[in-house]
Amino acid sequence: MKRSKTMEFGVGLFMIAGILGLVFLGLRVSGLTLSAPAQSFQLEANFANIGGLKPRARVTMAGVTVGRVEAIELDTEWYDARVVLSLDSELEGQLSRDSIASILTAGLLGEQYIGLSVGGDPEMLEDGDTIRDTQSALVLEELIQQFVSNMASN
Amino acid sequence: MQSKFSNGTARITRLGRRGCDLLEALGRAGIFLFQSAIGVPSREGWRLWLQQMHFVGVLSLAIVLVSGLFIGMVLALQGYTILVDFGAEQALGQMVALSLLRELAPVVAALLFAGRAGSALTAEIGLMKATEQLTSMEMIGVDPLRRVVAPRLWAGFVSLPLLTVGFSVVGIWGGYLVGVEWLGVFEGSYWSNMQANVAFINDVGNGMIKSAVFALVVTWIAVFQGYDLVPTSEGISRATTRTVVYSSLAVLGLDFMLTAVMFGGL
Repeated sequence: MKRSKTMEFGVGLFMIAGILGLVFLGLRVSGLTLSAPAQSFQLEANFANIGGLKPRARVTMAGVTVGRVEAIELDTEWYDARVVLSLDSELEGQLSRDSIASILTAGLLGEQYIGLSVGGDPEMLEDGDTIRDTQSALVLEELIQQFVSNMASN
Repeated sequence: MQSKFSNGTARITRLGRRGCDLLEALGRAGIFLFQSAIGVPSREGWRLWLQQMHFVGVLSLAIVLVSGLFIGMVLALQGYTILVDFGAEQALGQMVALSLLRELAPVVAALLFAGRAGSALTAEIGLMKATEQLTSMEMIGVDPLRRVVAPRLWAGFVSLPLLTVGFSVVGIWGGYLVGVEWLGVFEGSYWSNMQANVAFINDVGNGMIKSAVFALVVTWIAVFQGYDLVPTSEGISRATTRTVVYSSLAVLGLDFMLTAVMFGGL
């Protein structure tokens, strides 16, 4: 009986350890948070070229992450890329209408993300609005091409 | 001419017989799994299950955790030497965590499990069969499938995913030891890169699904090989070998297919 109790205790510990491990994987490794998902609102922005931007990429403002890229699709009217951004609802009504969205690269070869910078317009962007001023991604090949053609013309 | 012809027929016959045997064994294994897995366990069944959990799960913990630690440390060391060439050593945590969660933890834990627990299950059930314990159980009206096989099957199915979680956690910690403590990767970027790039459902969840599939397959092969063997000493040794070989091959093959479905966009 004594032996069986220790065994049961061992199995119980084993299962608790497994579940705790799963919690660790959730919280520490995959960065889940226990708090309710933050309220968000959506903005759209059209870019001539998104380079290597992917859905779920970060959206930052002054380097602080304020949201993520929800979806990317081709706008068949203008043949450019329509990017849907999902931002923290704290910013709803706080971004001026002439805010600029630009696609930036983390490091030389790092992942691409969107940087927002505010303008000075008194009118603010609301849910579903479109950001007018955008800056496309830097495409390394195009830069090199420009550089080479400048060299050639000189 | 005549003998050549009959030789050819004999060969075809043999091939056909082998095919029939294979299909028959598969069918037997399927019926066997179904019969032992269904049914609500009694109070006694719970106790047997607990005993097997101890044998199959708790006692496998040491080997799985130690292997996880070393694999995590090696991953960090190898990953660092490659990533540092690109100036991307901050991505070390992400690399260690993703390769462990998606591939290494489910597969290596399943292989170790097959060697440590699967072979023992086969030998145990095989010896019960060879010494006619299984037949005696049937004689006194106890169903050996429910009494012997079912607790082992369920214990394996529950404990391998738990062992896999342990493997990942210890491996990530081992990667942290080597990467951060020894090689000097910045601690914040080790964890934050990991958290930014590991998705709970896609990476942890899919790894767990893999592990559950492997658990089912490995324990199924182990108990079936034990139950179905030729009851001699040679038969037991062959069946034990077959358990390890078949379950390793099944795990690696299934891993490719599951990966193709989960991450290959198939």
